[in-house]
Amino acid sequence: MRINRRDLLKTAGATTAALAMPGIIGRALAADKIQVGALYSQTGGLSVVEKLLSTAVELAVDEINAAGGVLGKQVEVVVEDGASDPKTFSEKARKLILKDKIPTVFGCHTSASRKAVLPVFERRNAMLYYQTHYEGFECSRNVLYTGAVPNQQLGNLVPWMVNTLGKKKVFIVGSNYVYPREMAKVTKKLLNDNGAEWVADEYLELGHSEWAAMVKKIKDSGCDAVLSNVVGDSIIAFYREFGNQGLSHDEIPICATVTSEIEIAAMGPEFAAGSYTSFPYFMSLDRPENKSFIENFRKKVNDPRIVTYHSLEAAYFQVFIWKQAVEQAGSLEVDAVREVLGGQSYNAPGGPVTIDGDNLHCALTPRIGQWQADGQSKIVDEYSENIKPLPYSAYGETADDLFCTPKGLLKEKL
Amino acid sequence: MVEVLFIGLSLSSILLLIALGLAITYGAMGVINMAHGDMVMIGAYVTVMSKIWLGLDFYFAIPLAFIVTALIGLLIERIVIRRLYGRLLDTLLATWGISILLQQAVRLELGLSFFGLHIEGLGPGLQKVDVPEFLRGTISFGDTELNGYRMFIILVTIALTFVTWFLLYRTAFGVQVRAIIRNPEMAAASGIDVKRVNSLTFAFGSGLAGVAGVMMSGFKTVFPDMGATLVVDGFMVVVAGGVGSIYGTILSSGLLGEINALVALASNDIIARAVVFAVVILVIILKPKGLFSFKER
Repeated sequence: MRINRRDLLKTAGATTAALAMPGIIGRALAADKIQVGALYSQTGGLSVVEKLLSTAVELAVDEINAAGGVLGKQVEVVVEDGASDPKTFSEKARKLILKDKIPTVFGCHTSASRKAVLPVFERRNAMLYYQTHYEGFECSRNVLYTGAVPNQQLGNLVPWMVNTLGKKKVFIVGSNYVYPREMAKVTKKLLNDNGAEWVADEYLELGHSEWAAMVKKIKDSGCDAVLSNVVGDSIIAFYREFGNQGLSHDEIPICATVTSEIEIAAMGPEFAAGSYTSFPYFMSLDRPENKSFIENFRKKVNDPRIVTYHSLEAAYFQVFIWKQAVEQAGSLEVDAVREVLGGQSYNAPGGPVTIDGDNLHCALTPRIGQWQADGQSKIVDEYSENIKPLPYSAYGETADDLFCTPKGLLKEKL
Repeated sequence: MVEVLFIGLSLSSILLLIALGLAITYGAMGVINMAHGDMVMIGAYVTVMSKIWLGLDFYFAIPLAFIVTALIGLLIERIVIRRLYGRLLDTLLATWGISILLQQAVRLELGLSFFGLHIEGLGPGLQKVDVPEFLRGTISFGDTELNGYRMFIILVTIALTFVTWFLLYRTAFGVQVRAIIRNPEMAAASGIDVKRVNSLTFAFGSGLAGVAGVMMSGFKTVFPDMGATLVVDGFMVVVAGGVGSIYGTILSSGLLGEINALVALASNDIIARAVVFAVVILVIILKPKGLFSFKER
């Protein structure tokens, strides 16, 4: 085929028009709708977890629409794929905010992807709703953090290990990146404060699944408990190796901050039975709100055996927090919504939650669950009320001495 | 000390399990098979599916996975690789593409998830494999405790290695394969049906990967991406051992596994991984053809 200039121009013109069409149609239809973004990995290694988070957001939007929408309008979710790659996350965030002009985005799971999109949200003054428990050390007015921070996971777990379980020598183990390393920092501080010690602080590459040497080290270290900040699919290989080398959670329990229902189901509950995890939400919480959440989520994904877990619950309830704030502000405008986000309370599946006006994190109830043979947890320790989130607790932040304030981070305190 | 060596031996056996199939497809056929890791993944999924759908025990998954992955391997060879012999870099790209296709097929449940259908055992999530009761926990020998499942893997690896050795060095088929390794044109000139032997060799290599997958599924996570890291380890072993040499592959997996275990226990796993790569680089610099390689005449 010979291509001449006229043909080329014609084809190019037609292609451009064809490509532009869906955009034009999409926008016209969306005129009387409120659009929100859902930015999670739909493909790639992290899609295992993130796709479910995206579905939880969609479930919440479905329910909101069925009950009449927000400000009388139906809500439409624009799903974008971060493809398990921080750079793609940043591009897609730009697309949602600049091209689609959507100021509200639910999204991100790993700290790496959140850090990648953060500058976009801050420069363009958009709002990211982030549901995953994370390491803290962040104070942005453009993110609403609905997951737990270290003081809500370790602040109860470490003293409980020392005082209730009577553990004195703790082996800290994690995946080799920022979250486990920051969590280890908090753990060491708490162990010192409570008169216990740490015998080792070891890391394994992210995604590594050969645990023979590490578990042997744990065995030989003389520790009486393990604190695990291991993430992702490594968790499964870790618990299995732990059992396979003859270690028992009765003598040396693994106390974890990441291991959730989803990993327990994948490893086989018998390998985790007797170990502990600290989370504000467990699937086993016996509340009518939780029952209907589990049932609706299973219906939504068409899988009657799928489990729910902390980040999933937070991904779900943060949409309702957004709805309440928008309706109270009477507008979608980011500054107006942020103004009223602080103090929003919602009766989430795991219990009532409140957004902290100081740092836009979420006040949650710390709970410790012991894993049972059926893959569910038994709550063995629970605070009577929500505690204030302190993203800088590793650096000495307390409820009376805040580092992260409505004016931003007080850098001189670090 | 026995336990340390045992861990090393266990790491070696896992490396060998993955590398064995590669040693054949890469060594014998000159195909850089990036989809080899995904054959391991499919082997693992066969274990998951045969339990869910056929109610079969773990052991039965071993022959089943061999058959399934060997057939898939045969199909891949017939459709794609047959057309690419002698084009090393093209096989790399083509098999990489196949690898992505296989992963997506599992993730999208063979495409049925587009229609809202769900196949139990497939999909993007993590899958679970139950290991037989008596392989869990440890078996004591005097005052050393060794893990049952890892011992089982070592035994299976020895058996597979023996089968592979027997096939290559004690059968008429093996003579043909080795002739093709040395010089494909001369082999063809001597009346060997190179195409047919190559298909069967590729199928056998894929089948070995499938069995490796069954073994991996018992203590690693089963999910669509699981093969990606394994294939790197496999190539590392084959290249360091010497392309086309089974003895080299056995030796280098033993060496790298033990080094990994010793360094990991003396310092930590991250340094161990670095040391292993350093050793491989050193081997390639000092002996570019690998530890064991036959001499061209």
